Amino acid sequence: MSADYLFPHRHILGLGDLAAADIDFILKTAESFKEISQRSIKKVPTLRGKTVINLFLEPSTRTRLSFEIAAKRMSADTFNISGAGSSTVKGETMVDTARNLAAMNPDCIIIRHACSGSPGLLARHIDASVINAGDGAHEHPSQALLDLMTVREHKGRIEGLKVAIIGDITHSRVAHSNIIGFAKMGAEVRVAGPATLIPPGIAAMGAQHCRSVRQAVSGADVVMALRIQKERQQDPLLPSLREYAIFYGITPEVMIHAASDAIIMHPGPINRGIELDPALADGPRSVILDQVTNGVAIRMALLYLIMGGE
Amino acid sequence: MSVDNLESVILLENARLLDPAGGLDALGYVLVRDGIIAAVAAGRPEGVELPAELRRLDAGGRWLTPGLIDLHVHLREPGDEHKETVVSGAAAAAAGGFTAVVCMPNTRPFNDCAAVTLQILAAAAGAAARVYPVGSISVGLQGETLAPFGEMRRAGVRAVSDDGRPVVNSQLMRRALEYAGDHDLLVISHAEEESLSRNGAMNEGATATRLGLRGIPAVAEEIMVHRELALAEYTGRPVHIAHVSTAGSVDLIRRAKARGVKATAETAPHYFTLTEEAVGLYDTRAKMNPPLRTAADVAAIREALADGTLEVIATDHAPHSDLEKDLEFELAANGIIGLESALPLSLALVRDGLLTPLQLVARLSTNPARILGVPGGRLAVGEPADLTLIDPDYKFTFRADELKSRSRNSPFIDWEMQGKAMLTIMDGRITHQEISF
Ligand SMILES: [Zn+2]
Repeated sequence: MSADYLFPHRHILGLGDLAAADIDFILKTAESFKEISQRSIKKVPTLRGKTVINLFLEPSTRTRLSFEIAAKRMSADTFNISGAGSSTVKGETMVDTARNLAAMNPDCIIIRHACSGSPGLLARHIDASVINAGDGAHEHPSQALLDLMTVREHKGRIEGLKVAIIGDITHSRVAHSNIIGFAKMGAEVRVAGPATLIPPGIAAMGAQHCRSVRQAVSGADVVMALRIQKERQQDPLLPSLREYAIFYGITPEVMIHAASDAIIMHPGPINRGIELDPALADGPRSVILDQVTNGVAIRMALLYLIMGGE
Repeated sequence: MSVDNLESVILLENARLLDPAGGLDALGYVLVRDGIIAAVAAGRPEGVELPAELRRLDAGGRWLTPGLIDLHVHLREPGDEHKETVVSGAAAAAAGGFTAVVCMPNTRPFNDCAAVTLQILAAAAGAAARVYPVGSISVGLQGETLAPFGEMRRAGVRAVSDDGRPVVNSQLMRRALEYAGDHDLLVISHAEEESLSRNGAMNEGATATRLGLRGIPAVAEEIMVHRELALAEYTGRPVHIAHVSTAGSVDLIRRAKARGVKATAETAPHYFTLTEEAVGLYDTRAKMNPPLRTAADVAAIREALADGTLEVIATDHAPHSDLEKDLEFELAANGIIGLESALPLSLALVRDGLLTPLQLVARLSTNPARILGVPGGRLAVGEPADLTLIDPDYKFTFRADELKSRSRNSPFIDWEMQGKAMLTIMDGRITHQEISF
């Protein structure tokens, strides 16, 4: 990284907007922040006086909590607005919500929303920085960044790694951000899952579609299982979760084909025994709890870079 | 009171007359008297007896065509007058060179009975364009029972359609085709297989995947186009396919016509001008149904306009306010306005060498009139004096604040355009004038 690098983004809407240098800088920043969470007094004054609003219009416990902890460790004031189960706050449009929030002069809004592209719509109607905490089937950038951080921590690098992402690629914003992120950082990304859950044009995003889970996992350094949902919008995607577990679940038998030191990841929460065998989830190859820990560091880094860089 | 007032007798001379029906493409003149074309001929009006009080307009070699007819608009009255009224829609039509519009029945309430038809026609009295209402195929657009075709026809409906929704039930569509013949009604199909398109927000493909938007595959349109053609063939009745957007649909229609199926079809300027890339970063002005497709589809649509497989350019003018458009992409309403941009966008097809001027006029006027079975579409003595004077070289910026429509939802705002209607005459009356003589 050159000494005169300046983080050029005001908003974090998706990995699609970030260059490899930006991603590298975020990861380095997060790595330096990780130590704060290991102190006995887990707080630095960096963002004192800054106001962060968590606008979560879709149910979420983990991501919201992770952002809230990150903001508090940086001494920002945080406020939560949730409208779980609806895409609007009391029937208000996004533009109205943005105007109302703007009147409170927040510095940063962290938004989760069921509609793809909604963080960008919010950003166009408000002066505050916007962080996308998951929008529809589009992106979940902080999740992909914490995944990249976790992989780099365990493997020492990302470039040249073989990364297998298994499951519902169509509806997974986690998969989309990870495909973009890992591809940008030089990894070989493979995806596999039921054909009903592999979207068209996935190659254009940077992933190779493998016909079988075994093929995708073969020689992989990283195996990421995605959370599966059986029913989606009256679309008959799968016969049953049982069938999914048999043919697409990550099991010790499947992992035989991966690299001997392959790590196992999952964005949580896990359907144990469906997309991931419990023995693997709790086993020595699992880095799932490291993902959670790194999530706080990544979110601290994002808040710092878009608000507290001065 | 003399009926020969200044407005009722107009001589347009030194115009490039474009009449596809008569195969006429020559400099000449048209004499308008009492709302009808009293004379039309190549050359100069020498030796022609002209009334003393006459408005004599030198067209300066610009194109004079039969008034443009839009087979597919949504006027939003009754029910959503904040988006468009019959009068504002007709004004937008006139400004775009159209003298007649065919308005779809998905108003609130739906135009599924004679009372609503009469209400629309009452609103259209004195408007700047002829308004031909379309009645619904099914009561309440519910796809269950046939709407009263006969009574609606008597009230003034010229065609039937459930546009905005497909007719899901094939038997109902078959019966509609059969029964429409009894009442001399055109059946217009909005071809969409909903189980494939449900909750879709844009064309299915790499762009939708990248944006995380649920896709509408081309096959959702093509399956239904195939069904409509099969039913038209089986019943022997004509069907008109609205807003064709895919290469596959074009291919189906071309082959059906070749074997004698009585099918006609339209596309809209956005389908031969834009691809799905226009969605950009969730630009709701590029959201419509059917959605913008791929470059290969655009190429196929253009080819089909050239070879006549698609014989009509219609706008699918669908006004929406910011309330319906300034939203998350997935929540935003489908549709864009088109009446005031259709002509310049279509003239690009002539500049690109795809269509001759006569072919373009056929697609915008002559063919719509013939398919709908209404007067107009011709420069001939005795026809209504519905005329459009076009300057194909006029350059302008398409500005939102200059629109006559009540809505602004167009992806073409601030585009540099070429070609415009400089004068529109409907029923012998000037309804739009952008030029001084
Ligand atoms: Zn339609």
